[in-house]
Amino acid sequence: MRIELIVNGTAREVSAPPNTPLLDVLRNTLNLKGTRFGCGLAQCGACMVLVDGEPVYACMREIGTLAGAQITTVEALDGHPLRAAFLAEQAGQCGYCLSGILMSAKALLDRNPSPSRADIVAALDRHLCRCGTQWRIIRAVERAASLLREKAVP
Amino acid sequence: MSASNLPLSFVNNPSPARWFRFDPDRTVHLAVGKVEIGQGILTALMQIAAEELDVPLAAIRMLAGDTDAAPDEGTTSSSLSIEVGGASLRLMAAEVRARMLERAAQRLNCAASELAVVDGAVYRNGAPTGQDYWSLAPDVDLLRPADGRTAPKPPSAYRVVGHSVPRLDLPAKISGAAFIHDMVRPNMLHARILRQPARGARLAALDETAIRRAAGGELQVFRLGNFVALLSPHETVAERAGAAAPLHARWENVRRLTSAQQEAAFLLGQPSEDRLIGDPPQPVSGEMVEARYTRPYLAHAAIAPSCALAESRGGHLSVWSHTQAVYPLRASLARVLNRPAETISVHHVQGAGCYGHNGADDVALDAALIAEAMPDHCIRVQWRREEEFGFEPLGSAMVIAVRAVLDASGKPIDWTQEIWSGTHVARPAMGGNMLAHEALPTPPPEPRPTDPPEAAGGGGTRNAIPHYAIPARRILHHLVPGTPVRTSALRGLGALPNVFAIESFMDELALRIGADPLAYRLEMLAEKPRAARVLTRAAEMAGWSRRGPGGNGHGMGIGFAQYKNRSAYAAVVAEVEAEREVRLRRLWCAADAGLVVNPDGARNQLEGGMLQAASFVLKEQVTFGETGVSSLDWQSYPILRFSEVPEIACELIEAREEPALGVGECALGPTAAAIGNAVAHALGVRIRDLPFTRERIASALLRL
Repeated sequence: MRIELIVNGTAREVSAPPNTPLLDVLRNTLNLKGTRFGCGLAQCGACMVLVDGEPVYACMREIGTLAGAQITTVEALDGHPLRAAFLAEQAGQCGYCLSGILMSAKALLDRNPSPSRADIVAALDRHLCRCGTQWRIIRAVERAASLLREKAVP
Repeated sequence: MSASNLPLSFVNNPSPARWFRFDPDRTVHLAVGKVEIGQGILTALMQIAAEELDVPLAAIRMLAGDTDAAPDEGTTSSSLSIEVGGASLRLMAAEVRARMLERAAQRLNCAASELAVVDGAVYRNGAPTGQDYWSLAPDVDLLRPADGRTAPKPPSAYRVVGHSVPRLDLPAKISGAAFIHDMVRPNMLHARILRQPARGARLAALDETAIRRAAGGELQVFRLGNFVALLSPHETVAERAGAAAPLHARWENVRRLTSAQQEAAFLLGQPSEDRLIGDPPQPVSGEMVEARYTRPYLAHAAIAPSCALAESRGGHLSVWSHTQAVYPLRASLARVLNRPAETISVHHVQGAGCYGHNGADDVALDAALIAEAMPDHCIRVQWRREEEFGFEPLGSAMVIAVRAVLDASGKPIDWTQEIWSGTHVARPAMGGNMLAHEALPTPPPEPRPTDPPEAAGGGGTRNAIPHYAIPARRILHHLVPGTPVRTSALRGLGALPNVFAIESFMDELALRIGADPLAYRLEMLAEKPRAARVLTRAAEMAGWSRRGPGGNGHGMGIGFAQYKNRSAYAAVVAEVEAEREVRLRRLWCAADAGLVVNPDGARNQLEGGMLQAASFVLKEQVTFGETGVSSLDWQSYPILRFSEVPEIACELIEAREEPALGVGECALGPTAAAIGNAVAHALGVRIRDLPFTRERIASALLRL
C-alpha cells in the first residue's frame, strides 16, 4: 500500500503494509532514527511523535490510518528553544527517553506558552525516564517556555 | 606515585601511544577503555586530558571502548571510572606533556622547566616558540611505557577540571541518531530471539508455519540446539515473528517457579555459603536489640531493550555492543565460540542507561552466534520488551538482620549484620554464563556464584559494616547460590539494602532513647569529619530543626553512607507525606566526592541516583509466575513517574585537594534510608520491608 504523509513539513510517499507501525516507517524507511523503540506497548513514551500536533505513540499507530497526516519528529526541533533549554539544563543522562519527551513538551508549549509546573508534569506523565533526570527535564521545559515567551515579545 | 599504587588502567596500559595520538589536523585522538553508559564519563575524561595537556576541549576527539584501538580498562562499573580511569588518564597525559616538553627543550636548546604550553603550543617567557604538540609528535616516542613518575598539575592550577562542561553526547541524543539501535550496516538482517525459558529447557516442538504466518513477510528461522532466532530484512516482520514464537514453541524440562520464591524471605531456608567478616563474636554485656529488613528482586529496567550487531567477514567477527566491558566480552565470546580472541573485535556503541549487568553481553552473543553462521550479513538483534524484563539479570533480593548490643547510654557497642543474598556479580567474565550459551547443544556447566571480594568492595556485603564508631562490628554473610532467577550487578550491589538496614536501625536506636537521629549519628562520627560534614550540611539544607514530632502523616528522615566505606560520602534528607500511600515531597543531598571534575555532571549523577533509589523503594518488585519472571511490562513493573518526582537539591562539599571519588552509586543507599526514616517518622511506625506499598503501610498502621 502506498501512503502519503507529511513528515516534518515535507511530503513523503511510503510503500508499506497498512498495519506497519509508524515507528518502523520513520526509523527504517525514512531513516529518522530520533524516534525510539522502548516497549512497543504504548507504555513508556520513547516513541512519541506528533500527529497533526497531538502526541501519539508511534510504536502502536499503524501507518494505514495516517494518509495525509502531518507527522512531526524530534528531527524537526532544529532551532526550537526546547533544544537549547534541554542543553542549558543538561536535562538528560542516557538520553534515550528524551526525544519522546521533547515531542510531548512541544505539543504542550504549542497550545500553552505559559504552562505551570503541574501542566508540565501532566503533559509528561506518560513518559518514563530511568536515569532519574525528571527534575531537570521539568526545569528545561520551564526554561523553554520562558525562551519562547521572550521570542514572542517584539 | 610509586609503582605499587599506580591506578590499574595505567598499569595495564602503560604505553602512552595506547591512549594518545596527535593527528595532522591539530586534534588529539584520545582512546579510553571506560565507556559512556549514560553517566557522562567521556566528558569528564576529556576534561582531565585537556587539563593536563593544556589543549582546548574542542581539540580532543574521543574513542571509547574498542578492542582494536582503545586501552583495556576492564569493566565500566562500581563508580571507578573517575577514581581509576580518570587517575590513570591524568598520569598518562602528564607523562605525554612532559615528553613533549623534553623534546621541545632539546630543539630550543633550553631547559624544559622554562617552557609552558598554551592550547597545545609551546611558549617560552610568554612568547611562542614555533613548536607545538603536532610538530613535536613525530619526534616523540609515545610507545615507550610510562612509569607514572611525572607529577600531574596541582589542583590549585586547574582551569578545566572543576568546571561544569556540558555533556559531549547530549546534542546528538536530543536531535536524532545516537544509539546502537540506530546503526545501519550493509546487508543487515533484523533478528528476534525465541528464548529458552531457563537453563536445561529443551525445545520439543516449534511450529514454524504458524510463526511465518504471524510474521507476514520474508523470514528465516535460525536454530542451533535450543537457541532460535527469527530473521528478516524488515524489522516489523522480525518483531512479529519474535512476539509469536513463544506461543508456537513447546518446551520440555522447564523450571517451575512459585510466587513465594519472589519474596526475599524465601532465601532464609536455602542452602548457603557462609562467611564471617570483621570482629569475631564475643560475649558483651548490655541490652541486645534486633530487627530484620528486606528488599525484593529488582530489575535494571532500562528504557531501551538490549541490542547488538555482529558480522563475520573474511573470518573476522565484528561485534557492536553497549556492553560495560569490551575486552572481557571479547574473551567471553571467544570462549563460547571456541575461536581465538584476536579474530573478534568488540566496538562499544552507546545504549540506554546502564545501571549494572544488564542484557548487553547476552544480546551480543545472540548476534555473534547468528553472524558466525551467516557470513557477510550484519545481524542486528534487538530484544523485545518482555524479553528484557524476563531475562535480564536481576538485582538480588536480600534479607538483613541487624543485632546490636547497647551500652547504658543506648549506643551500640557490638554490631552484627547478618545477610542472606544471591550473588551480585555473575558477569560472563566473572563466572557467569551468557544466556544463549546455555541454549547451545553443549551448554556450559552451571555457574558457581561468587561475590566480589571485600577488597573490591564486596557484593552482598557492600557497605554492611556501619561507618559509625562502634567497638565491634561484623558481618555474617550467607551467599545463596540457588536463587530462583539469575542475579547480578545492579547499581551499588548490596550497598542500598545494607545502608537501608543500618540507617533504619540507627533511627530505631535513636528513637529508643528519645534522641534526635542526626545528633545520635554525629556523636558516633566524632573521628569522621567528612562524614559529619555531609550529614550536617544535608540537615541544614533541609531545615532539619523544623522536623517536628512526626506521627501526623508528615515526616522527615535522614540517611548517610560512605560508599564502600572508602569512596564518596553522601547524606540525604527526605520529606514525605504518608497516610495511605507515600508521597515523596523533597530530597536534599550533600556529598563529598573529593576533587570533582565536572560539578554539574556529578550533581546529575547524584540526582539520578536519588530518583532511582526513590523508585526502587517506593514502587519496585520483580514478580514470578509459573515459568519465570511475570513482571514483563511497565504496568506490572511500574517505576517512578513525573507526577511522583520530588523537588531535589544537591550540593557538593568543596574538597578539591582530596582524591576524586566516583558518585554514580553513593547516593542510593542514603536516599533509600532517608525515605524509610521519613516514612517511619510520618506514620509513627516502622516499615522494614521494601517497597513501601499501600498494603505494607496499611498493615504497619494496624501495628500502631
